[in-house]
Amino acid sequence: MVELLRFRDDEPSESPAVTVDSFGDQSNAGAVRIEPGDDARELLPHLAHVRRVEINFPVFGDGRGYSAARILREAGFEGEIRAVGDVAVDQLAYMRRCGFDAFQPDKAMNDADVEVALSRWDDVYQKTTDGLTPIWALRHGNADV
Amino acid sequence: MYQYDKYDQQMVDTRVEEFRDQTRRRLSGELSEEKFRPLRLMNGLYLQLHAYMLRVAVPYGTLSGAQMKALGDIADKYDRGYGHFTTRQNIQYNWIKLEDAPEILADLAKVEMHAIQTSGNCIRNISSDHFAGAAADEIIDPRPYAELLRQWSSFHPEFSYLPRKFKIAVIASDTDRAAMRLHDIGIQMVRNDAGEIGCAFYVGGGMGRTPMVAPLINAFVPLDELITYSEACLRVYNRHGRRDNKYKARIKILVHEMGKDEYTRQVEEEFTHLKAQGIEPPLAELARIEPYFADPAFKTGIVDEIASDAPDFALWVGRNTVLHKAPGYVSAVISLKPVGGIPGDASADQIRLMGDLATEYSFDECRVMHTQNIVLPHVEKGRLKELYDTLAANGLAAPNLDTIEDIIACPGLDYCSLANARSIPVAQKISERFAGNGKTAALGELKLKISGCINACGHHHAGHIGILGVDKKGVENYQLLLGGSEAQDTSLGKITGPGFDEDGIVDAVEKATDVYLEKREDGERFLDTYRRIGMDPFKEAIYG
Ligand code: HEM
Ligand code: SF4
Repeated sequence: MVELLRFRDDEPSESPAVTVDSFGDQSNAGAVRIEPGDDARELLPHLAHVRRVEINFPVFGDGRGYSAARILREAGFEGEIRAVGDVAVDQLAYMRRCGFDAFQPDKAMNDADVEVALSRWDDVYQKTTDGLTPIWALRHGNADV
Repeated sequence: MYQYDKYDQQMVDTRVEEFRDQTRRRLSGELSEEKFRPLRLMNGLYLQLHAYMLRVAVPYGTLSGAQMKALGDIADKYDRGYGHFTTRQNIQYNWIKLEDAPEILADLAKVEMHAIQTSGNCIRNISSDHFAGAAADEIIDPRPYAELLRQWSSFHPEFSYLPRKFKIAVIASDTDRAAMRLHDIGIQMVRNDAGEIGCAFYVGGGMGRTPMVAPLINAFVPLDELITYSEACLRVYNRHGRRDNKYKARIKILVHEMGKDEYTRQVEEEFTHLKAQGIEPPLAELARIEPYFADPAFKTGIVDEIASDAPDFALWVGRNTVLHKAPGYVSAVISLKPVGGIPGDASADQIRLMGDLATEYSFDECRVMHTQNIVLPHVEKGRLKELYDTLAANGLAAPNLDTIEDIIACPGLDYCSLANARSIPVAQKISERFAGNGKTAALGELKLKISGCINACGHHHAGHIGILGVDKKGVENYQLLLGGSEAQDTSLGKITGPGFDEDGIVDAVEKATDVYLEKREDGERFLDTYRRIGMDPFKEAIYG
């Protein structure tokens, strides 16, 4: 069983995460937590100081966090984006595609299920910032779109 | 028609395996129903009153003969020998066992089909004009664009937990046969002054409890920005659509509350940002898809007359065939509305037969219409009689396209756990009444649509005559609406007044049609007369 699932080589930063609102005034915080209603774009001017962004999923069906993660990655953020809360193995693959590279679910996931979920899909239809080559690019002989 | 390549096939096969695994975890109790629910919904599996219901995607309504036959086989093997064609150009099976569902998906994958994203809060099956590729009035076949959107929207990592379901329709003629502006996004392929093809985006339409007609937000999105623009529309919705109240969660409410202009501004801003991300497939991908939808090898120099004076056949030709772009051909509609039948239902044998007829008479292609009928898009006029005779021998030749007998009805209380009232028996009684009194012909084009509750799966808002089932102190009750349309003159029907019981609603419909017969002027349809004279004369006749 995994409590913190991480796809990064750097040491995890465990400094406490502050809210998006308070982050603006505490630029030494290092870690920030995005709630579903928060605007991830408010963080963009400060990204240089951030090592870890936690994106909270109070209920897994609230998909705003997927957009938040992509927006951060599209802005070039290279720190950790950690999904916390109601996150299950069935959401992992899409979350990875949106830029999440760490997971701290309320309910620990089974290692074997994680492995299956993340190795299942060979190809993807869309381009995101995850570096995978979309099927349309493979079809047209362009492997590094 | 489109054919999977190894990538498409592998995506669908992988999904089957994934769902097999999820079902196994559910059956073993490892996965709670709460966690399993969104997963099964994304594979089209609903839990209904009596059993699971499986909804199979028919992308833009197009099927090959072999696919249609496979749908018939599934009806036999896993259901009770029936399939139900729906207003979203899909097919539903009402009596499915959970443990069979992965096997059904595997059977579907063998004929390049699936049930991916046919329910759940994700981008649903893309619908289109059922006469695409055959209609004389289209500027281009809309389906290649729908296919491009299908691939983009399948397994979309960001948009699988939207505030609510999301439906897209693509058309390519000014005549709207797909209720385009009643979709979350309606796209009309258009030509600009320079002669280039592009997409007009209408966003924020829908039915349900708050019906709205989508406003135009961009009159011309170039072809090489179609996916990026769609992504922008969805991202603004995913971030800002309401999640506090599921009845206010559709994009129509966002566009309405935010205002069309502000929504459009935010989309444009997101679009500018996304353009720099290079997420758009190259035009070469569209060029790869397009030939799959090229015209079949229409014969030239064939007879352009329909020879037969058998009255039944002539009536069917007059009602159920539609002008085709190629001389010597028509599109032939197989009505799934026999008098007294269940709208949209077909037996396994009938489904297989229609598959064979598609192969034999229509270049191996058929279509599901949102009016719950089947089209053979390209039939030679010279072979129509032969086709008709086979249909007639198999209970598939009801001559009633677009008449009051061609009723759209949702499953209602006979199957649906959300229903207030039954829809199917009302549809049956109305078609029996009008077939019996012989008024169908005189009434001409009259679109009657029935929903068993406010969710409007039966499009009642958009019927020339609409019927809505409501619950009146525990008793089934029906409201009557007049004046809706889902065609290019989109409008929403208005309620006449107090509701009726099951027999009362049939009488009320007949009274409304009598007003039309009495007041109509030359060439007017029911809808035109209603628009000219207004509600009052109808109210007087119904309640007076
Ligand atoms: C029997 C199980 C079904 C259930 C539980 C169900 C549920 C719903 C619900 C809750 C809505 C309202 C969504 C909203 O406004 O946010 C809806 C809308 C709709 N459903 Fe169904 N439905 C069922 C069957 C069908 C069938 C058989 C069809 C096709 C004949 C269908 C087609 C539609 C359409 C066209 C809409 C309106 C879309 C819109 O609001 O824009 N549904 N359905
Ligand atoms: S309109 Fe209501 S009763 Fe009919 S299928 Fe939809 S949810 Fe069920």
